[in-house]
Amino acid sequence: MELTLAIELAYWQQLTVKVLAVLIIVPTATAIIVQTFLFKVMAHMQSRLGPMEAGPHGALQLMADGAKFVQKEVLAPARADRRVFVLAPVVVLLSTFLLFVVIPAGPSGVAEDLDIGIFFALAVSSISVLGVLMAGWASANKYALIGGLRAAGQLIAYELPLVLAVVGVVIQAGTLSLQGIVRAQAEGEIFGFGLLGLPFVFTQFIGFALFLIATQAELTQPPFDMPVAESELVAGYQVEYSGLQFLYFYLGEFGAAFAFSALAATMFLGGWWVPGLDLDGGLLSNLIGPAVLFAKTMAVAFLIFWIRFTYPRLREDQLQTFAWKYLIPLSLLNILATGVFKVVF
Amino acid sequence: MPENIAFGILALVATLAALRVVTTRNVVHAALYLVVVLATVGALYVLLAAEFVAAVQILIYIGAILVLFLFGIMLTRPTIGTDTGLDNDQRWIAGVTGLFLLGVLSFVLVDAFGDEQLPDLGGVSREALTAERGTAAVGDAIFSTYLVPFEVVSVLLLAALVGAIVLARRD
Repeated sequence: MELTLAIELAYWQQLTVKVLAVLIIVPTATAIIVQTFLFKVMAHMQSRLGPMEAGPHGALQLMADGAKFVQKEVLAPARADRRVFVLAPVVVLLSTFLLFVVIPAGPSGVAEDLDIGIFFALAVSSISVLGVLMAGWASANKYALIGGLRAAGQLIAYELPLVLAVVGVVIQAGTLSLQGIVRAQAEGEIFGFGLLGLPFVFTQFIGFALFLIATQAELTQPPFDMPVAESELVAGYQVEYSGLQFLYFYLGEFGAAFAFSALAATMFLGGWWVPGLDLDGGLLSNLIGPAVLFAKTMAVAFLIFWIRFTYPRLREDQLQTFAWKYLIPLSLLNILATGVFKVVF
Repeated sequence: MPENIAFGILALVATLAALRVVTTRNVVHAALYLVVVLATVGALYVLLAAEFVAAVQILIYIGAILVLFLFGIMLTRPTIGTDTGLDNDQRWIAGVTGLFLLGVLSFVLVDAFGDEQLPDLGGVSREALTAERGTAAVGDAIFSTYLVPFEVVSVLLLAALVGAIVLARRD
């Protein structure tokens, strides 16, 4: 922060700025994702118009929806376990907020450049399962419980390919730090041609595909949306939630979609760096970096949502078979191949 | 000094949550209190500048083991409210054992360290600390000094995995 603003801040002031930044970025990112993809891209892909009334081309629809959610009464079933019921969406939201802490958007545009970067992100993303299970159980509703259990089974199964897909990148970059991974890509060379750097998507294309598929499942989006399959489970673990609490789940889900897209953009597409930017700081990098990262993130998010809108739902057994019999062995092979290449070259 | 205050708060939270794990009459609540205990232990690792271990604690204990606990509990007894038959006659023995363990551990700590002070890290830069104790240092240590124990543990885990599959597929 000192580098960009050229002012010295005390530790607690820095901390406040960072916390505020994350608190602002998460809802904004969620709003952009929902408005762009869920409302407009999805509608146009399905030959519909989508929301058109609020604002030009429906641009203010989200404001209207947000206001609607805030107005609604927060209800809980009579037999629900109140405390757990209220805490569950908070746990999911906490996991999403923590994801944003380590994503770098410039040489000094990162809330905390942890040494363990990507590993921290994967660890906190696993907390959301807990919130989903709590929601499913505390609702005192059989649909919610089945949805929660399905979600837990699915998230555990797809956590493994998610982590293993990242290992290839970590081996190639030689560091867990996301800033370090960006640097490794910027300083890489494609057969001696170093101008463009080496985005890891060229060498880790299997990892990239695995990461996107696992992300899709982690977000419980179609085609992996058995936990919230509306035709059989109403809305799974979310069924009893209303008003603000439902909005928390919503924020958690699409905020995580943005965070995972940003992580994929950082690990596979070179992150905030494009040719010409200074890696070690400087005002230009800090101003353009976030825009570059945002563009790359939206590109990845488009891929994720494209799949969401076009593929039908997998059956529960197909879903588990896909993870355990195909994705996990493939990701292990990818690690093996990356290791061999790392040693040989 | 702030570390000591943070440690005090975390220790208090962990102890209270741990007490609730064994006194609550609801199995799911017990598991959720255990989450609090494990999360505070993870925070203690952060206080010790062991970020990697802290992340492992969160990923493995909360993200995997406790989720599996909850999964099992919810799959087998999906009722809300108090459960009967959670207590048994061994609670006094367990209490005595717990106190005995507390005594032994306290004695060992005092006996081994006494008045010793940890080195002051006030002047040490974060980079130096990371180079000495960071993830890379942990990795180096595992694959050089502690290679044999690491391999033994790996084989043990593999055996447990194979055993679990054999047991599950017995039908």
